[in-house]
Amino acid sequence: MGILEVKGVNKRFGGLQALGDVNLSVQERSVHAIIGPNGAGKSTLLNCLVGKLIPDTGSVMFDGNSVLGRKPHEINQMGISRVFQTPEIFADLSVMENVLIPCFAKRDGSFRLHAFETVANEGELNDEAEKMLADVSMLEKRHMLASSLSRGDKRRLEMAMCLVQRPKLLLLDEPTAGMARADTNNTIDLLKEINDRRDITMCIIEHDMHVVFSLAQRITVLAQGTPLVEDTPDNIKGHPKVREAYLGEAH
Amino acid sequence: MDAIILQVLNGLDKGSAYALIALGLTLIFGTLGVVNFAHGAIFMLGAFCAVTLQRILSLSYTVVDETRTDFLGNPLKVDVPYVEGWFGEATGQAIIEWSVPLAILFAIPVMLLIGFIMERGLIKHFYKRPHADQILVTFGLAIVLQELIKYFFGANPIPTPAPDAFTGSFDFGAMIGFAENAIIYPYWRMIYFVFALVIIGAVFAFLQFTTFGMVVRAGMADRETVGMLGINIDRKFTIMFGIAAAVAGLAGVMYTPINSPNYHMGMDFLVLSFVVVVVGGMGSLPGAVLAGFMLGILEAFASMNWIKDILPGIDQIIIYLVAIVILLTRPRGLMGRKGVMEE
Amino acid sequence: MFGLSKKDTTFLLIVCFLTLATPILLQPFPEGSAGATFNAGYPDLMQRFAIFGIFAIGFNILFGLTGYLSFGHAAFLGVGSYSVVWMYKLLDYNVIPGLLLAIVTSAIFALAIGYVSLRRTGIYFSILTLAFAQMSFNLAYSVLTPLTNGETGLQVYTDDPQILMGENSPTSPHLFGLVMRDSVQIDIGGWLFTFNIGYYFCAVIAILAFYLSLRIFRSPFGMMLRAIKTNQTRLNYTGLNSRPYTLAAFVISGMYAGLAGGLMAAMDPLAGAERMQWTASGEVVLMTILGGAGTLMGPILGAGFIKYFENIFSKINDNMLHQWFGWMPDGMEDALIFISHFFVGKSWHLTLGLLFMLVVIFLPGGLVEGGQRIARWVRGRRKKGSGDDPEHHPKPAPHVAE
Repeated sequence: MGILEVKGVNKRFGGLQALGDVNLSVQERSVHAIIGPNGAGKSTLLNCLVGKLIPDTGSVMFDGNSVLGRKPHEINQMGISRVFQTPEIFADLSVMENVLIPCFAKRDGSFRLHAFETVANEGELNDEAEKMLADVSMLEKRHMLASSLSRGDKRRLEMAMCLVQRPKLLLLDEPTAGMARADTNNTIDLLKEINDRRDITMCIIEHDMHVVFSLAQRITVLAQGTPLVEDTPDNIKGHPKVREAYLGEAH
Repeated sequence: MDAIILQVLNGLDKGSAYALIALGLTLIFGTLGVVNFAHGAIFMLGAFCAVTLQRILSLSYTVVDETRTDFLGNPLKVDVPYVEGWFGEATGQAIIEWSVPLAILFAIPVMLLIGFIMERGLIKHFYKRPHADQILVTFGLAIVLQELIKYFFGANPIPTPAPDAFTGSFDFGAMIGFAENAIIYPYWRMIYFVFALVIIGAVFAFLQFTTFGMVVRAGMADRETVGMLGINIDRKFTIMFGIAAAVAGLAGVMYTPINSPNYHMGMDFLVLSFVVVVVGGMGSLPGAVLAGFMLGILEAFASMNWIKDILPGIDQIIIYLVAIVILLTRPRGLMGRKGVMEE
Repeated sequence: MFGLSKKDTTFLLIVCFLTLATPILLQPFPEGSAGATFNAGYPDLMQRFAIFGIFAIGFNILFGLTGYLSFGHAAFLGVGSYSVVWMYKLLDYNVIPGLLLAIVTSAIFALAIGYVSLRRTGIYFSILTLAFAQMSFNLAYSVLTPLTNGETGLQVYTDDPQILMGENSPTSPHLFGLVMRDSVQIDIGGWLFTFNIGYYFCAVIAILAFYLSLRIFRSPFGMMLRAIKTNQTRLNYTGLNSRPYTLAAFVISGMYAGLAGGLMAAMDPLAGAERMQWTASGEVVLMTILGGAGTLMGPILGAGFIKYFENIFSKINDNMLHQWFGWMPDGMEDALIFISHFFVGKSWHLTLGLLFMLVVIFLPGGLVEGGQRIARWVRGRRKKGSGDDPEHHPKPAPHVAE
């Protein structure tokens, strides 16, 4: 029984079958990659997991509870964090505040009227946030405005915002999209370390095969909204169906 | 049935004004991305074009009429407008009487020019600024324009009558087969409605059938892509601003016989026009026209006595009530696009 | 002190001092001198500074922090005024029950209007709030006349119950016997200072209101509100529900507006529907943006600035102009007076409009940004030659205090 169990999920947009009978099982502490050509339904599937979309049929169970019909913030409170394709951060806030907000969310839940407390007096949370920033080596940038960070730093900041919540499952939407090779390798190392040291289960959507084969312990190949195969990286590499899906029958 | 038609007709003139102002507002918003709080003031300036022309045409010189005497027995001094001196009395009087329709010709170049100056001088610096800044600066401009008009024309409404031929009413009911005197409708309101339809039709045709219009529509849909094609979209947008100003100005010119113009008429229309634009959906031209007529007509219906008896005060709040209901059921107004002005 | 950092405590103390010393600070010119027109130390105007300051501080909690632009806050202002006058009519002229009721009723109104309006964002939210406020305004004028006394405005009549009214109770608004319109006037060598009870009552409340907003700015709640302004998507995916946060901000700012409206009626026992009109909502928007939205001092500066110009510029007349420009050659004097006519007296709105435009064009961050620029320029001059190159330093996050 995996930590995330997707069973028989269907999603239609008008006449288009975006997802057809998707089954997926992500094992605890593993890195699970979802790959597939453009338009295979990877992003739709991800959006169904985080509450942005609701599947027409099927079930999505996380840690024994259904996530269907829950709002994004409720699903996050269950222990799922998400990294976006282009980093979503609080651009007008300082780096430190960016990391403090998830700390408060973790401690106080989805809403609390803490209007007469003072951020600066929350020693424990401040320490936690600083430690997290030190871990991603951004501590010296904590007073900077998040919008003035470089692209790479924004990604690391977003990662830190997710990790500081100590999620049970981290969803990553093309974490290396548009990166140079060197940056990609750094990100791979960072993700590996997160998986090893923090025991966080990860589910990655990725185009870059290099990333996928360096990280994933299991891979699901999605084509036209349906899973083709689910297997270990070694078995996926030579799989004829996968080649067909990626290169198309005409080639 | 005749009562319903009468109310529809009663709503048409206000609806026409809403639609024309809202059309310009949404055109400016859709093309330039600017929220223009000075648009009501432009409408007001249009109305004062009519006043100005009336004053120019009535400029007079004094002659002494030896044939008549005043009550002291002295020869009578009469003011003769120059136009009467130039074109003869009958033609001259007709020209003065027709000053409102003539003001259309006068207002088009004036309003285009005002539009160009506003866009080049002020608005263009605000394309990339937040909407709050645009609102504030155009609101400031509206106050300035309003105060200037008040300074030169005074605070009281200035009557600008329609030509005599159009001042009366006609029996619209009898024309379409109802009992006599069931539906009496003033000529000028009918003219205003037809005029509004012509202007709206002209704007849509211009956008639909000319290459210029095509580029502008493409720019409204996706400004960056059009910019990348190497088309000088800014120049075209300046012209669109001028056209929007001219449309609002003409709406103002023709509205003067219905309500005598005063300096704050722009502000009175501004808020309702914004409600109209938003109900229609920000950036949607058909939405603005539809919502303008719809709200104008609903307002007329709500002021019927038997409706007021059932729902007291409904005539005062109907527009806002409808706006709330529509915005709650259709998140982006009647025809709005997703993601526009939602941040 | 007061749960604030050292810097904020100093800041608060400065605000306290400025507020309490206003009757002195705003009378820089002796009576009868040419500059006396620019004195603003009379009770009526000072009360308005404090009241509109409260209104703008509250509005800033919603607009400045969350970015939700409400065009309907005047509704709460009106509700507050009506509440206070009703308490006068039913109980007596003591302002406390009325002000408490004003805060409660405006909170209820804000809860209802906010709950519905916050389902939409951006301009759609603005128009919803505008529609609710205009509906309240129009209804107060027409159908709700039994509650609001329509066009005449709500006021106290001799046949009102006033059940708590004793023999010796004051017959105008008071705080447990301290009558609001009472003043002490002190004349020191030609300078006339008026210390008005009403003003000090408003001033103390304004300081409390400012202190609360300072606490909110520094609180986790305030941080969440700023997070909503910059990225609501991220906030939701971080496990926070933005709706109750925005609703709480809306209700808090509505309560500030209700309090401000209540204070208006506490200074002058009248309540009219025109206080609910969209122009009044527009005014607080302008004050906040003009001063600097999202900053602590901005709204207060904006409110003071607008109210000052409204009162002083509209007061200037031909006699004063002749007095000021009298030393010039005749032609020049006439020309200057002619030009001045555009800007003063009845035409002072023109000045206001131009000022808006100038501030927005040259100081997008409002008056606060202007102050910061001057401060930076002064500091820059002092540091000149030290070889500091600001371009090569990363941009630090601006402190929201300034």
